Amino acid sequence: MLAKRIIPCLDVKDGRVVKGTRFVSLRDAGDPVERAALYEQQGADEVVFLDITASIEGRDTLLDLVRRTSVSVFIPFTVGGGIRSVEDAGRVLRAGADKVSVNTAALERPQLLSEGAGAYGSQCMVIAIDARRRPSGGWQVYSHGGRVSTGRDALEWAQEAESLGAGEVLITSIDSDGTQAGYDVELLAALAQRLGIPIIASGGAGALDDFRSALQDGRADAALAASVFHDGTYSVTEVKRYLDGCGVNVRI
Amino acid sequence: MILVVDYGLGNLASVRNALARVGADAEITSDPDRLQAATGLILPGVGAASEGMKRMRARGLDTAVVERARAGAPILGICLGMQLLFERSDEGDAACLGLLPGMVRRLDGPMKVPHIGWNQVEARPGSSMFAGLQERTYFYFVHSYICVPTNGDVCAGTTEYGRSFTSAVVAGPVWGTQFHPERSGEAGLRLIANFAALCADC
Repeated sequence: MLAKRIIPCLDVKDGRVVKGTRFVSLRDAGDPVERAALYEQQGADEVVFLDITASIEGRDTLLDLVRRTSVSVFIPFTVGGGIRSVEDAGRVLRAGADKVSVNTAALERPQLLSEGAGAYGSQCMVIAIDARRRPSGGWQVYSHGGRVSTGRDALEWAQEAESLGAGEVLITSIDSDGTQAGYDVELLAALAQRLGIPIIASGGAGALDDFRSALQDGRADAALAASVFHDGTYSVTEVKRYLDGCGVNVRI
Repeated sequence: MILVVDYGLGNLASVRNALARVGADAEITSDPDRLQAATGLILPGVGAASEGMKRMRARGLDTAVVERARAGAPILGICLGMQLLFERSDEGDAACLGLLPGMVRRLDGPMKVPHIGWNQVEARPGSSMFAGLQERTYFYFVHSYICVPTNGDVCAGTTEYGRSFTSAVVAGPVWGTQFHPERSGEAGLRLIANFAALCADC
């Protein structure tokens, strides 16, 4: 049986991790590669790098980071941020990444998903969606790092992305993100009912039981978290032991 | 030297990096003439069987790989590379290398296809491929087709995904894994080290 996955996410700017400093065991806690290798040792199933660099020079730094990661990290890793064309995706994949995630660029030009899936396979195209609850019900998609309202319905956009060739959905609840008050389980369950592709839950992880709830109640296939891992609240090992104790099938 | 065969499909760098991590002398090559000097071959690959075979033939790599393997050099096929070791694939109705008798069929059943993620492999007890690993170990999979060997004796590992299928084969020096050892953390590196040890012995 397939295992449910735990995925630490690293925000990277100009080749450096921008959050989390409490890593006494690392020589350089700001080095994304060292950090990813540590998470691999702890039992992470994958790692996501979210590049928030804006400059053109930063893109070369990112490719260098991907190459260095592929030399010392032996679990799958995804790169998101700034991938606007199938050529951008190809460069990152050839440098050694297993998947790319696209967000705003796919909203602006949905064919990016079909082009990427056609060239490299659906398994490496992840659609990242930032969603916020509507007062009237349902969830709305936001672009540009959660700043711009698109007016689009999150569930409909996820379904469209799947039909275009996205192989996975990385869904971030803007309402929950950074609160450490738990994932938006209702949003996850609503997606699980509609999609055939795996769902990665993101935004809100705080307590150990938040992970269980996303995977069991929300029926997500994977749970992504940043702060709880970077701040050392829990190690990936602790999260997986807890899940195993709750009867969630995880790789231990 | 172990040579990673480059026919234009798949994440070759990660395979080479995994070999380097376990201390094996390895290079990537697309030159068929170099294969005859190899102590072992790795046939990686992601993609369709028909496309893979077309690219191998275009470079003369198909006959070079078969010659070197028939001469006794260990070969490890990974994912599509494992499928290409067999006679024929339903994916694009492709004739493959024929080093192992059997077919490649679509993964059918009630589960989602492609099969992506970490799943357990139940190793055949005593298999040299899984030396140093537990009988049931998680490895990372990404595939839509499975190998169906004619001779069940070559099955070195099985995986459950809606049904049980052959996820690893060992036929003397011919090894294949449907999963990606180069993406399967410590367990995968151990398997690659086991293959490197086999190459060093031959």
